Formats: sequence, structure tokens, C-alpha cells
Amino acid sequence: MNLGIDSRRLRAMFAKEMIQIMRDPAVFLIAFFLPIILLIIFGYGVSLDTTRMRIGLAVQDDGAAAQSLAQSYQNSRWFDVTTARTVAPLKPLIVDDEIRGIVVIPADFSRRAAEGDATIQIITDGSLPNNANFVAAYAEGLRATWAAQRTGSRGAAPTIDISSRLWFNPTLTSRYFLVPGAIAIVMAMIGTLLTALVVAREWERGTMEALMATPMHMSEFIASKILPYFVLGLCSMALCTLMAVTVFDVPLRGSIPALLAIASAFLLPALGQGLLISSATKNQFVASQVALLSGFLPTFLLSGFLFEIASMPTAVQAITYAVPARYLIPALQTVFAAGDIWPLILPNIAILLAFGALFFFISFRANRRSLD
Amino acid sequence: MIRLKASIIKEIWALIRDGRFRIMLVLPPLMQLLLFSYAATLEVKNVDIAVLDLSHGVHSAEILSQISGSPNFRHIIPVHSREELHRKIDRQAVLAAIIFSPDFDARLGRGQPASVGIVLDGRRSNASQIVNAYIGQIVGSVSAELQSGRAQALTRSQVTHWFNPNLEFIWFNLPALLVIVVATSVLALTAQSVARERELGTFDQLMVSPLRVHEILIGKIVPPVIVGMFNGLLFYCAARFFFGVPFAGSFVLFVLSLAIFMLSLTGLGLFISALSMTQQQAFLGSFVASVPIIMLSGFSSPIENMPHWLQFVTLANPARYFLEISIGIFLKAMPLSMVAERLWPLLIIGIITLAAAARLFRARME
Repeated sequence: MNLGIDSRRLRAMFAKEMIQIMRDPAVFLIAFFLPIILLIIFGYGVSLDTTRMRIGLAVQDDGAAAQSLAQSYQNSRWFDVTTARTVAPLKPLIVDDEIRGIVVIPADFSRRAAEGDATIQIITDGSLPNNANFVAAYAEGLRATWAAQRTGSRGAAPTIDISSRLWFNPTLTSRYFLVPGAIAIVMAMIGTLLTALVVAREWERGTMEALMATPMHMSEFIASKILPYFVLGLCSMALCTLMAVTVFDVPLRGSIPALLAIASAFLLPALGQGLLISSATKNQFVASQVALLSGFLPTFLLSGFLFEIASMPTAVQAITYAVPARYLIPALQTVFAAGDIWPLILPNIAILLAFGALFFFISFRANRRSLD
Repeated sequence: MIRLKASIIKEIWALIRDGRFRIMLVLPPLMQLLLFSYAATLEVKNVDIAVLDLSHGVHSAEILSQISGSPNFRHIIPVHSREELHRKIDRQAVLAAIIFSPDFDARLGRGQPASVGIVLDGRRSNASQIVNAYIGQIVGSVSAELQSGRAQALTRSQVTHWFNPNLEFIWFNLPALLVIVVATSVLALTAQSVARERELGTFDQLMVSPLRVHEILIGKIVPPVIVGMFNGLLFYCAARFFFGVPFAGSFVLFVLSLAIFMLSLTGLGLFISALSMTQQQAFLGSFVASVPIIMLSGFSSPIENMPHWLQFVTLANPARYFLEISIGIFLKAMPLSMVAERLWPLLIIGIITLAAAARLFRARME
């Protein structure tokens, strides 16, 4: 395979692409505006840490024990409580998304508590399953604490307690692991969607034929299309990192060279995939849809950044091995949260490079055939 | 009226003329729905954990056997030193590790309190938290068995989950995904409609035709609304008949809400289209718009967990309202009065964005 790259021609093509990028406001939208939006949303919006929950409290008993338990729900910092005598007025509130659960203290609670056999009912809004689990766990926890306090010295202190330590993220801040995900999404968008659109546009408008008529080689054409977006991807990654560290106080425990190596290794398959999509579709709308389906969605869903891969059905788990972002996420998360752990980073980089080589090889072949 | 009809027919033809294009209208949204519904689970299962058991006693063995019996855990990998444990977590071979100190069993034997150490990988803090809770439950139950001779707590609680008794995640997931997938595809479709004509130069022809601005715009709106309604109902059928999600509410109310939701989205899509000079800008614009529409809809995290200023921002997000409606009608049989409370903001968003898009077109035409 004769690569035949002429540096003067390459420079000219590179300059042409750069001018096109600079002129197009949409590129800036993706490369600089999207990262900011993503970081803000991930930094503030996607909080998997539960805060205050709004619940209803149906107190059907005036006894001392019932009132004392009701009091501890009302005073809890976990709950905003709407109190009623029965469940009936609270039911519409749960349908209307006003409250997420109801705690029912039944009419005979105080009498039965004295006998040592009282039950409260916890109702949750099962239409939001994760939230329902949290509500049930917190409401039950509060009841247990209240019971332990009442039984006082008679109460049983747990014989086995647990001391948990969360390495790398002791304060349990969600954005520490969401920011690397945001970087992955932005780079996938620049690499795959932007490249696919740009080259598909050349086909759609017929300027591809014009380019083919020039003395340029296929490899020069590919290099000139890839290089500007490679640079753009790295710039956007740098912006994300800078914002994450300065504005959102996300720790960066690894080194900049490691981050750069990982990002570069990921951009290769991403760009290769974009090029491949554009030469296969040659239509901007179709290219954008294919890029979203094969680039953005897998990066978002199947990379393990938001959803645990081990929890997915086996067939879906098998698909994740073909998603380059799957190898990017652990490496990025490690560089941010833990440091340069090369035994984890290097194998991932090697796999990404292999994907890149494969995609470029296929699109090189595909484009050459259509040149003839 | 004749002009309006002609405009609508022209737009529908433009949309379905190309075979590849036709497939692209239905296939990607359907694939998204399937992929999402299987992959997007916030449950944590099949976790690998490491164990450093320095006590080698009956109580630590009891805890470990209960963990290995749980479907949430897959492999329990024994390690022999703290360095080995450290390495396993660093390289993500395991998500968590349990440490039993040498005196763990002896202390329990003497009736003294003992402690279990858990180390979790904070890089995946969400999964770690859930695994921590799983281990906590198991240790708690072993602990309770040990105490069974002593005083018991005097109260209990009984938990009931309304609308979804077994907390099936898919019952929440599909009605929510329907909203998001339809929203992104309709937005992309509407946004590219005008931009494509502008790029191909046929928009000038439209402008010199006797069609008025509102006739052109209505022509542009109708096909995406039809495609969106078709996809929405297709997903409704998939959710109900393929995934077995119950449908408790009114179908008529659901279709009506879907139509109003489509209208509010096409307003936004046309607005993006009017701003864009090329198709590429329109695609990227609609993509950038759909990111906050998805993330701030309440799908990936509840809106009530967000800071107040961001909760305020979500009031402008059409998907937020229709997500509540969709889950509400599917699972909670939400009545008309409550659906209406969520429909009027959608109508306002639709009217504002459509008016803004029309103004922008007029400005561009002159």
C-alpha cells in the first residue's frame, strides 16, 4: 500500500478543512458549547444522591407511641411530611407526583406497641422503582432508629457493625464519575458524528468528485479530513478537563500525558468510524442517524459509565465488547479518580488502537473502490 | 385550503420518497427503544468481590456463604494480603472487597461486638453504594440471628409498592423511553426540514410560490407529527404487548397528550431549523437541544433531586411534562384533571416556539 503523502498537498488540504471548521458555527456548538452543557447537567442535574423526600403521613392513632413516631418523621431531615388522618386524601397526591410515599400508623399502634407487636405500613410510589426503594429504606430506617431509642438500654446494639470505606471518592460525589463520561460523549460526538457529517456532505454536494479530480491521494484525503477533528477533539477534551477541575472541583490524580494518551487512542476509532459511516451512506441525514445509533448511544448506554455492564443481559454484554467507549471509560475514570495505573490503562489503549486500525483499514478500502 | 393541502402533500412526498430515508424514520427509533430497554438498568447484579478473611471462623464463613447465595454477586475471589486486595480494586478486577480482621470470630464468640471492613471502588460510586447496601443487609441478618436470644425490636414495618408491586424496572423504563426516543427523532426530523431546502436552494422556490408563511410551516409540521405519532403508538404497542407493561389509564387521553407533545416539539424543531443555514447545523443543533431535553426530563435522575435553579429550568422542557403524563397514564391511571395540569405548559411551549419560528422565517424571507 503506497501511502504517498506529500506534505505540501496535505498542508493545503489541512488549511482548507480548518477554514471550513472555523467558519461553521455548528462545529463550535458541538466542540465547545456541548461540553459546557454536559458538564453543567452532569455536575448539577444528574444527582443519584437522594436528598429530601416528600411523603404523606397517615396517623390514625392518638396514643403516645404513635404521636412520638409521627413526630420523628416530621422532624426528620430526610422527609418533607404532609400529615393526614387517613390514607384517602393522600392517594391523589401520590398519583399527582406530589409525594413519593405514605407512612401509615394504624389505629391500634400505641396499644400494640406496648404489647411488643406493632406494625406500620410503608406505601411507596412504585412507578419510580429506584426512588421507591430509597423511600422504603429511609422510612424503615427511621422506624428502626425510633424503636431502638424507645427500647433504650433494653435494645439490642448490633453485634456486627460495618465500616465501609469508599476509595478514590470518599465523599460519594456523583459528578466525580460522571465527568469522565461527559468527556467520552463529547469526544464520540466530535469523532463520529461530526466527521460522518462532514464527509457525507462532500458526497451529497458532489464536491467529492472535485476532490477526486485533484492529484491528491486517498491517504492524503483521509489524513486531511481526520487531523483537524483530531485536534478539535483534543481541544474539547482539554476544555472539559479544565472546567471539571477548576469549576467542579473534580480531582485529577493522574498525569496530563496519561490523559492525552487515552484521549488520542480513543479518537482514532471514533474518527475511523465516522469516516466509515460517511462513505457507506453518502447522505447527511442517514449518516447522522447511523452515527447517533452506532456512536453516541453505545457510548452513552453500553460503556458502563451510567449503567453497570455486569447487570445487563448476556447478549447485550457481548455487544459492549465491540463498543470502543467501553475501554475508554475505565481508563478515564482511573486517571481522574485514582492515578496512572498503567496495568489497567495500557491494555485499554491497545484495544482502542486496534479498533482504530481496523476502522481505518476498512474505510480506506471502501473509499478507494469508489474512486475507481 | 387548497394551497395548504398541496403544501402538506409535498412535504409528505419529500419525506417518504427515498427508500433509505423511509427506513431511517422508523428503524433507528425502534432500535433505540430496544437497546435502551435492555441496557438502561440502574440495578446492580453479577458483581465480583474480593474477600480477605484473616479470621477463618464460622461467622465469617456464614456471612460469605450468604453472599455467594445472593443473585447480586457472581464471584467471590479470596485474597491473601492487603496488597493483593489493593491491586484487585485498582485494576477493577473487583468492585468491592470484604475484610475480616483476625479476631473477628473470637470476639463474636466472647459476645463482644466485632466489625467487618468493606472497601469499595469509588470510581463507580453509584454501583458501590448499592453493593454496600447489599452487603449491609446480609451482615445485618447474620447479626440479627446472633442476637435472637436477646431483646427484639417492638415494631415492624410492612412495605407495599403501589402501581408496581414488584418494582419491575421495565414498567418505569418503557413509558419513559417512549417519551425520550420519540422526542429526539421528531426534533431531528423537524429541524432538518427547512435547513435541507435551504441548503439545496429549493427554499427560494418555496418563497416565490404563492404559499404563505403559515402554510409552508404547517406543511413542514404535519409529516414529523405523523411520524412521531406512528412511532409513539408503535412503542406503546411494544411496551404493552411485547414487554408486558400494564396500561391502567385512558388510551384516548394518552393519544391526545402525545399529539400535544409532538406539537410542542415541532415548534422547537422549526425554531432550530430557522436558525440554521445548513443541514449539518440543523442536525447538530437538534442534537445539542436533545441532550438537556433527555437529561432534565426526570428519566435518568428525579427532578426533585436537582438544585432549585435547575428545577426551574426544567419547567421549559416539554419532555418533563409528557414523561409524567406517560408514566402517570400507564401505571397510575392519572385522571384528566391531573393530565390537563401538565398539558397546558406543553401548549404554551408549543405556541411560543411556533410563533418564534414563524417570526424568524418572515425575517429571513425579507
